[in-house]
Amino acid sequence: MRSKKSVNVALVGNPNTGKTSLFNQLTGLTQKVGNYPGITVDKKQGTCKIGAKETAIITDLPGTYSINPTSLDESIVLETLLDNDHENYPDIVVVVAEVENIKRNLLLFTQVKDLKIPTLLVVNMADQMDRKGISIDIEALKTILNTEIVLISARKREGIEALKEALLRYETFDTTPLQSISDKIDKAYFEKIKSRLKGFSTYKSWLLITQKNPVSFISEASRTIIESFKKEEQQVKKYQHKETIYRYQYINEILKKTYFVDRSKAKDLRSNLDRILTHKVFGYVIFTAILLVMFQSVFNWASVPMDFIDLSFSNLSEWVKSVLPQGVLSNLITDGIIPGIGGIVIFIPQIAILFLFVSILEETGYMSRVVFLMDKIMRRYGMSGKSVIPLISGTACAIPAIMATRNIVGWKDRLITILVTPFTTCSARLPVYAIIIALIIPDNRILGLFSLQGLVLMALYILGFASALISAFLLNKFLKVDGKTFFIVEMPNYKLPSLKNIAFDVFEKTKAFVLGAGKIILAISIVLWFLASNGGEDFKNASQIVVEKSTSENLTPQELESEIAAFKLEKSYIGRMGKIIEPVIAPLGYDWKIGVALISSFAAREVFVGALSTIYSVGSDDEGTIKQRMAAEINPMTKEKRFNFPAGMSLLVFYAFAMQCMGTLAIVKRETKSWKWPILQLVGMGALAYLTAFITFVILK
Amino acid sequence: MRTVADLQKGEKATIEELAFDEIPLALMEMGCIPGKQVVLIQSAPMKDPLYISVNGSHFAIRRETAERIILAKLLCDEI
Repeated sequence: MRSKKSVNVALVGNPNTGKTSLFNQLTGLTQKVGNYPGITVDKKQGTCKIGAKETAIITDLPGTYSINPTSLDESIVLETLLDNDHENYPDIVVVVAEVENIKRNLLLFTQVKDLKIPTLLVVNMADQMDRKGISIDIEALKTILNTEIVLISARKREGIEALKEALLRYETFDTTPLQSISDKIDKAYFEKIKSRLKGFSTYKSWLLITQKNPVSFISEASRTIIESFKKEEQQVKKYQHKETIYRYQYINEILKKTYFVDRSKAKDLRSNLDRILTHKVFGYVIFTAILLVMFQSVFNWASVPMDFIDLSFSNLSEWVKSVLPQGVLSNLITDGIIPGIGGIVIFIPQIAILFLFVSILEETGYMSRVVFLMDKIMRRYGMSGKSVIPLISGTACAIPAIMATRNIVGWKDRLITILVTPFTTCSARLPVYAIIIALIIPDNRILGLFSLQGLVLMALYILGFASALISAFLLNKFLKVDGKTFFIVEMPNYKLPSLKNIAFDVFEKTKAFVLGAGKIILAISIVLWFLASNGGEDFKNASQIVVEKSTSENLTPQELESEIAAFKLEKSYIGRMGKIIEPVIAPLGYDWKIGVALISSFAAREVFVGALSTIYSVGSDDEGTIKQRMAAEINPMTKEKRFNFPAGMSLLVFYAFAMQCMGTLAIVKRETKSWKWPILQLVGMGALAYLTAFITFVILK
Repeated sequence: MRTVADLQKGEKATIEELAFDEIPLALMEMGCIPGKQVVLIQSAPMKDPLYISVNGSHFAIRRETAERIILAKLLCDEI
């Protein structure tokens, strides 16, 4: 046995019961998000002092309506509660219920209680009982359910101390199962189970029998016995249905005696809001308006901090350059590492603002209404209403968006959503779009109102969503995957968002992006720097060769310097790579310098701008911005501007479609447990990008 | 035989039975069990999905699922 210094507490509950609020109140800043070994579900844990000496380790298990899992996240609840030897096996389970939905919440409570683990019932949002005309006979409920009950209001921090005090007494909790439902279903069958599987509670044995995938943590001997009790799927289902009906009958009987609602007191905010927000016409109008406000704010609010970050990092670079002695180390830091980190940090404002919106929409309960409104439309494309959330989050970053697909029930729906999410215009595409649009689209206003550049950017967003939908449609036609799915989405009560919950949520997601994508971007920047500042013989002797070649040209020292730098870049490893792929990209209107930027941005799109700025800044002292230098670039063959309209449009299209993000590929591999799907994305989207960019260039030329 | 898919907005009815083989267990776990009253709160365009309230729970289901939830006949059949 483990030494009993701290109490293991598992928080279990339906979604939308305020379980996360309670977790945040108990653990505060001690909380950490980790991973369950072997699977991708986030594990939220934190510590909490519950007595003079005693601490509790609180685990926030994924929200679930029942112990029978319907998704990967939910299966964690079952695994944690069944595996006695697991390090997180709870000493006590806290079932969080909400005062208004107590009936459904009690279903989960009765299931957990039957596992013979000390179980505490916490009724949240108790402060709203009066307003909603609800009264509960707590003492009677305690007696009948044979449990401790604590009333809390997590957001107001009420009842938290009483909860802690109850946690301390976990060893005194009565763990007798509530009633023998199994007898009512099939007495003979369950008696036999009881006699064969002695160490397990009957309900645990039954849960193990009903699991489709064998669990890993039970002994070989027990597993054989469990296998022998398995029945036909239909039979199992029938028993599960019976079980659920009996549980609800039991709960209804109890609540009749202990739970009273005075309907006249209830002010119906829900039905008034639903009448508008889920309306056949207004619902969609409001949703569109919210999206527009969201994207507008991302641009308007993020630009100031982004400019600030940009400036700070270039200042930092200059400062380090002036402080450190010249040499390889100084170059690595100022041209490789600092711009690399800057390239990640600059996305934080946009991503945080987008996550802020998504988080608010989810916290208020509005997101479920969007899922309801969009389901029919999304289904036409082989997805589910729940796919809307990843597609919206994808405009910030595809990585957390793909993680958000986990609560989509059907594997096919989920897989298609994962595959098409990278088409949505993520924030990494924005700097690329911004610079090319500024180069090729005149800064005019249409009707004196809409900026032409802004309209093009909007068109690119629409292109992103449209291509996601079209490819989903095609995948749905051709993908042969088991498509068994169902759709049950709770419409929770509308709530004012809690500042604390949102802050934690935005922080966690942003952190995941910075650490996940950041590592890759940083590594690539360093590799790029190395490839650009090293080369073969010609590179090493660059100054000598250039001086010899240009003796007749009478160059000023400055011009000579710039010639040398340009020559060096051409002969560096990365320059050579650009040259090698030049024949392949020439039909799209690009030269080897753009080729270098393409190669570098292969791992992360946003590197494109940085790479171009490296390429064009080499040799010139910082006069003029990257944009001016790009605009001045001439195609030696045609004597036209390199970044003319056809080549620029071709680049925009290329970046809209190409799968240039290692981070996303890695996460797709993790979530689909196969290399097949990320490779399909890489090749499929790459081919599409090449073809459409080629067609764009040919037509516009 | 009427099902939840036939309900008018705002209409209440009692669930008679469910096509057990064809509905997910999760539907019952949300509170959708025989004998309980069901209300259609809102329907999306083309009556799919449907937003219902039953046994104290509020949730949305697709039409195909709603068609598996059979309603009790009214005491005197409506013509």
